[in-house]
Amino acid sequence: MTEAILLDHVSKAYGGSTVLHPTSLAVPKGRFVALVGGSGAGKTTLLKTINGLVVPDAGTVRIDGVETADRDGPGLRRRIGYVFQEVGLFPHLTIAENIGVVPTLLGWEADAIRARVEELLDLVALPRETAVRRPAALSGGQRQRVGVARALAARPAILLMDEPFGALDPITRAALADDVRRLHDQLSLTTVMVTHDIAEAVLLADRIVVMSDGRVIADDTPKALLAGHPDPAVEALMQAPRRQAARLRELAGE
Amino acid sequence: MNSLLSLLPERLAWHVLLSAAALILGLLVALPLGVAAARHPRVRWPALALSGLVQTIPSLALLALFYPLLLLLSNLARATLGHGFSALGFLPSLLALTLYSMLPILRNTVAGLTGVDPAVVEAARGVGMTDRQRLWRVELPLALPVIMAGVRTAAVWTIGAATLSTPVGQTSLGDYIFSGLQTENWAMVLTGCVASAVLALVVDQLLGLVERGAERRDRRVWGAGAAGLAIGLVAALAPLAADLAPRPASYVIGAKNFSEQYILAELMADRLEGKGARVTRKINLGSAVAYRALAAGEIDAYVDYSGTLWSNVLNRKDNPGRAAVLDGLRAELKRRDGVVLLAPLGFENAYALAMRRDRAQALGIRTLADLSAKAPQLTMGGDLEFFSRPEWASVERAYGLRFKARRQFQPTFMYRALGSGEADVISAFSSDGRIAADDLVVLADPKGALPPYDAVLLAAPGRADDRRLHEALAGLDGAITVQAMRAANYSVDRDADKRTPAQAAKALEAGLRP
Ligand SMILES: Nc1ncnc2c1ncn2[C@@H]1O[C@H](COP(=O)(O)OP(=O)(O)OP(=O)(O)O)[C@@H](O)[C@H]1O
Ligand SMILES: [Mg+2]
Repeated sequence: MTEAILLDHVSKAYGGSTVLHPTSLAVPKGRFVALVGGSGAGKTTLLKTINGLVVPDAGTVRIDGVETADRDGPGLRRRIGYVFQEVGLFPHLTIAENIGVVPTLLGWEADAIRARVEELLDLVALPRETAVRRPAALSGGQRQRVGVARALAARPAILLMDEPFGALDPITRAALADDVRRLHDQLSLTTVMVTHDIAEAVLLADRIVVMSDGRVIADDTPKALLAGHPDPAVEALMQAPRRQAARLRELAGE
Repeated sequence: MNSLLSLLPERLAWHVLLSAAALILGLLVALPLGVAAARHPRVRWPALALSGLVQTIPSLALLALFYPLLLLLSNLARATLGHGFSALGFLPSLLALTLYSMLPILRNTVAGLTGVDPAVVEAARGVGMTDRQRLWRVELPLALPVIMAGVRTAAVWTIGAATLSTPVGQTSLGDYIFSGLQTENWAMVLTGCVASAVLALVVDQLLGLVERGAERRDRRVWGAGAAGLAIGLVAALAPLAADLAPRPASYVIGAKNFSEQYILAELMADRLEGKGARVTRKINLGSAVAYRALAAGEIDAYVDYSGTLWSNVLNRKDNPGRAAVLDGLRAELKRRDGVVLLAPLGFENAYALAMRRDRAQALGIRTLADLSAKAPQLTMGGDLEFFSRPEWASVERAYGLRFKARRQFQPTFMYRALGSGEADVISAFSSDGRIAADDLVVLADPKGALPPYDAVLLAAPGRADDRRLHEALAGLDGAITVQAMRAANYSVDRDADKRTPAQAAKALEAGLRP
């Protein structure tokens, strides 16, 4: 089976300070990987090397077995959905135009784009009348959902998400996270999601990659990581979901 | 007032054409440059610094500088390609105003583009836009309000500065202002100012409409603004369309920027029109511009003064006397530039130092030699060019004049300064009507330091054998006395019962020495 995403010793430094030490990561097709770690650990940088938004100083990136340096960046990025940490909606475009931006770049018919936009509004549970509004007229959580919809619009095979649910209330957050996982399965996506919420990572992902100071310090299934890990930093990180699980079992058992 | 407004359509039309062309050209250069500067910091600094530098050159000087430059290029083109182009009027004005309009557009384009939220720029890259798509679909639309604000500033600046194109021979609303200032016709000055201010306001408002429409992405709003601009442009330019129709070849009569010149230009124009010729007037030309324009054939005839030509054109420092100067000019101008000295008009408009009669008597000053003893207690007032002229150097040297202070004035205000005591001695012109009217005395020049200034009719090389021009101007040889010219000048310059230069020319014609 070819790896959908293959990073081979990629590294990145900004003005002499290394933010990403040589890192290798293989994500087989159809996997859901969660990327966790402290602030400034290099999660966003690593994610951006996958679609070429960050060009690594060294190492190679292969998407579906093809080295990305050989391909044109814009073409690659149109085929990879990306949800930005800062959402980054286009303030001068309507919600419908924001969601339809990649299909427009790909030259879809107007009707096809309109139908796709409505489908996606339903999917991320946004009322259809928001389609004609500008991003400024939406709440923070609604904007994040538009960000997810925009990433999925052109039916990409790979979805990269940088803290996509940060500004959502817990209920919507859980619902949308479930939706994303369901979509991932339905569309056989390959997904990499950055999150601060370990419990979310444990519940959604097939695999968790833990980063610290520009290095991957753990890379395993949630189950294995919950069972224990030699690195104390990883142990500390896994404490929270373990405690939550124990407490839930306790409550359910009563 | 009616005669003032009758000239408005043509002047407004030229003003609008000039401003619009300069603004469009400015946009075409500054927008791409702004985009490049926003993308590449290496381009940014020199581009902004250079256009900032242009802005610090006074606009009048910038306009004036383009004339000799273009003349040089035109002569070069004539020498290499066989034909030159007009270095006078539209072209130098257009180029100077274009340069002038660039800075606000450039600065705001850079500010608008670099001010776009980096997260949005990143998102544009992230969804797979190419650099070009990112520019057109995201960065430019988001920067548009800032860029439009720059365009509005540029439009207002350009329309204002276009009034300064008059001295390089371009008809504009500035014709009102320059002529009005010169003849103290405040209604005329006001007409020019108000017309240009209203034009600037209207254009600014319409561009504002375009800006708001673009910001709200409301096609109707920006469409209304754009339509308003287009309709206004077409309506304003309509009077010029008449000029496109083929018409008999016309004569261009030039004039420098003072009343006597306006009157004499009208006199010549009247005579040519009397012979059925079509005449264009290019008035308010800079002193140095006028002769070069004549030599280049851009104007056909104008009046200059022997001393000016002697020192400024032939660069002569000596003073061989009135007749010798005239003879020398007749031969040298013909030989050098092919310019024809048609006739001396009969009066002198010489530089002279003048004082109030009472003050001169009280100090016992009758000649420049008397003046040199008292000069250290006195203030000397000169017109804007006097102190940089060779005549000043010459009297200063000949009589050892050392004044307490020197001040420069616009001629009109120079005479006022003499009345109010802000100046004790001024550089006057011997044909100025105010000498008699203000009861001034002209100080004698026993050493002959000031050269003669006979008014002479000059014709362009191409008109050397033009029968109609020669016939129309025949009989002017020695026909105008200094008293007649003073009276004509005064009728235009005085405060009450003012005449227009055209009216004064008719009166002067009627009283010509037979
Ligand atoms: N363009 C850049 N120039 C200089 N330094 C950068 C740049 N982008 C990121 N960095 C630095 O690289 C390090 C890693 O940044 P990155 O955004 O990858 O962290 P992160 O793990 O996503 O953090 P967070 O959870 O806060 O989003 C940080 O120290 C950051 O300051
Ligand atoms: Mg991040």
